[in-house]
Amino acid sequence: MKSEKEQTADLRWTLQKRMKEVLGRSLHIRHVDSGSCNGCDFEMNTLTNPIYDIQRFGVDFVASPRHADMLMVTGGVTRHLEEALIKTYNAASEPKMVVAIGACACGGGIFGRTYANYGGVDQIVPVYVYVPGCPPRPEAIIEGILLALKRYEQLSRNKGEKMH
Amino acid sequence: MEKTIKQWLSRMKQQLGNKVRSMEQNSAQETVMLVEKTELPDVCYFLWHEKKGRLFTMVGNDERDIHGFFALYYVFSFDSFRHFITVKTLIDPLDPTFPSVAVQLPAANWYEREVKDLLGLRPQGHPDPRPLILHGDWPEDLHPLRKDFPLDRHAPRVQSREAFMPYDSEDVTEIPVGPIHAGIIEPGHFRFGAVGDTILHLDARLFFTHRGLEKASEGMPLEKALFLAERTCGVCALSHSTAFAQAVERLGEVTIPPRAAYLRTLFLELERLYNHIGDVGNVCAGFGFAVGVSQGARLKETLQQLNERVAGHRYLRGVVRLGGVRIDITEREKEEIAQTLAYVKKEFQELVDLLFSHDIAMNRMATTGVLSLEHANQLEVVGVAARASGRSVDIRRDQPYAAYDQVSFHVPVYEVGDVLSRVRIRVDEVLESIAIIEQLLHSLPSGDTFTPLPPLPPYRSAMGWCESPRGETVHWLMVGPDQTIYRYRIRSATYSNWPAVPLAVKGNIVPDFPLINKSFELCYACCDR
Repeated sequence: MKSEKEQTADLRWTLQKRMKEVLGRSLHIRHVDSGSCNGCDFEMNTLTNPIYDIQRFGVDFVASPRHADMLMVTGGVTRHLEEALIKTYNAASEPKMVVAIGACACGGGIFGRTYANYGGVDQIVPVYVYVPGCPPRPEAIIEGILLALKRYEQLSRNKGEKMH
Repeated sequence: MEKTIKQWLSRMKQQLGNKVRSMEQNSAQETVMLVEKTELPDVCYFLWHEKKGRLFTMVGNDERDIHGFFALYYVFSFDSFRHFITVKTLIDPLDPTFPSVAVQLPAANWYEREVKDLLGLRPQGHPDPRPLILHGDWPEDLHPLRKDFPLDRHAPRVQSREAFMPYDSEDVTEIPVGPIHAGIIEPGHFRFGAVGDTILHLDARLFFTHRGLEKASEGMPLEKALFLAERTCGVCALSHSTAFAQAVERLGEVTIPPRAAYLRTLFLELERLYNHIGDVGNVCAGFGFAVGVSQGARLKETLQQLNERVAGHRYLRGVVRLGGVRIDITEREKEEIAQTLAYVKKEFQELVDLLFSHDIAMNRMATTGVLSLEHANQLEVVGVAARASGRSVDIRRDQPYAAYDQVSFHVPVYEVGDVLSRVRIRVDEVLESIAIIEQLLHSLPSGDTFTPLPPLPPYRSAMGWCESPRGETVHWLMVGPDQTIYRYRIRSATYSNWPAVPLAVKGNIVPDFPLINKSFELCYACCDR
């Protein structure tokens, strides 16, 4: 059986391969904190550290939603961030792949639905892929990106579009 | 000591005379003074100004179900006596107002705006009437922390009452930033008033991540609320779960077994370590020093992987249980912790040597973002930011909990209050933390890891506190007759420290703001709740 380190390395190579197959180019991600406890945010940050270093494989976190193929949303959408999430979603370019990161983004988590919290990203914008966990491990987030690529591939195929 | 505390309290009672209606012991460490609301500002100012008590936390509570009134609790910490004095006042629902304490005591500012938003108790004469927790489009007459407000009620949005400081001169440029920022950062809105590059004034609009955590906790069984408590903040998860567990244990008058106390201390220091080392690395991002960022992130990852191997979670969630700990460690794990720390210590020292011998890095950090001791004292700043400005507060030493009275450690204090001082504090504290862990591993007692809890007395309050990596955190708890939460108030370190940031950035240039902000390293989640 492969060691944990080797498995992580495999995952990253798969990521690069799949990005080339599906997108034919690099993948740009915009992060939106819609009211998380910041645990998921830190795990996303971890992806860019020298251990995981997904930037080396062509994935980057970008400053503007207009440059982004994918939105990673953490948190269950608070009342005060609803507008910011919608604006970011509208500003993102197609295909607007929304990946909900963590238990709160997937379904409200332990905070649930309150006067200040909507209890899940899909209450406000359509979600492509759900990555559960509290917070999800860096490997799980990479797996989430792979699932989103698969979904994109299937949807494009259904529409009969040429891939790239 | 016991005798001196008694004398000190009775003398205080004499000095306050008939301003205090009654005085009673709530626990061995806490005395409650009941006052009329008209006497509130005088008594609080006396405790703060004359007696040098620190405003520890303030809690508003809807106790109409219990005795027909709202209640306010202003808690002061007297570190030299290791004692708390709580000033309590009752407020008639027919006249939900009280004279503002914030007029004389600036640190009370946010607390009073908070009870106005969430409970509808209006501080008369408060210097800042703007909404705080709930943004301007929340209806002014709805108060979610009142018991008759249903948890999941969504209020309609109204015309916003939001206001920022208007600038008269045409020379002042207004620069709005956020709430969504360029990196992977939490949301907050900043509005700079700048003349050229120099920041004249900063307004921060926070509480974007307000999730209604305290309201959600009400009616929750304590075991479940522990999970909620440790999700207050991602990177101070253990500090929050420990503070909550301590509040519960204090309410039940339970002492946890020595092994559990030692293990809590051990994991709390591991939490401080991964945070401080990550933060020293992150500060380097403030001046584009990529080597520092990468090295900090690499060492942080090494520590988080250690957390996972030893405690089963990269952010140390699930370590604490009510009455003790859930995770015990083996001899092999002790060895592994010691080995990893020896490695991290050596590598971290290299990073620090590199950073402190780098002219550009030093130039950017020194004299940047100075927080004066006077401001730190007035705003009751805590944690790294306080100690970097010459304010020697550390709740591990001042009101020891877990096993902090069993280990020796030094609390570093610097005087200058700039970015460099805050980085130096973290560097020193990393070495102190490693030394604390070495002592703990060496003297870890054997025995049980938890004590069962008795039924808890209803409608009595208790506090738990913890020095999180960002500073002192206080959890105030009241349980109902059905052993579920009646009221739970979290005051995190960042709640105390945010108001200091706008003061520290004044006079600096706009490009230094990210650096100053990173040096405070305040999180939003635990502040906003």
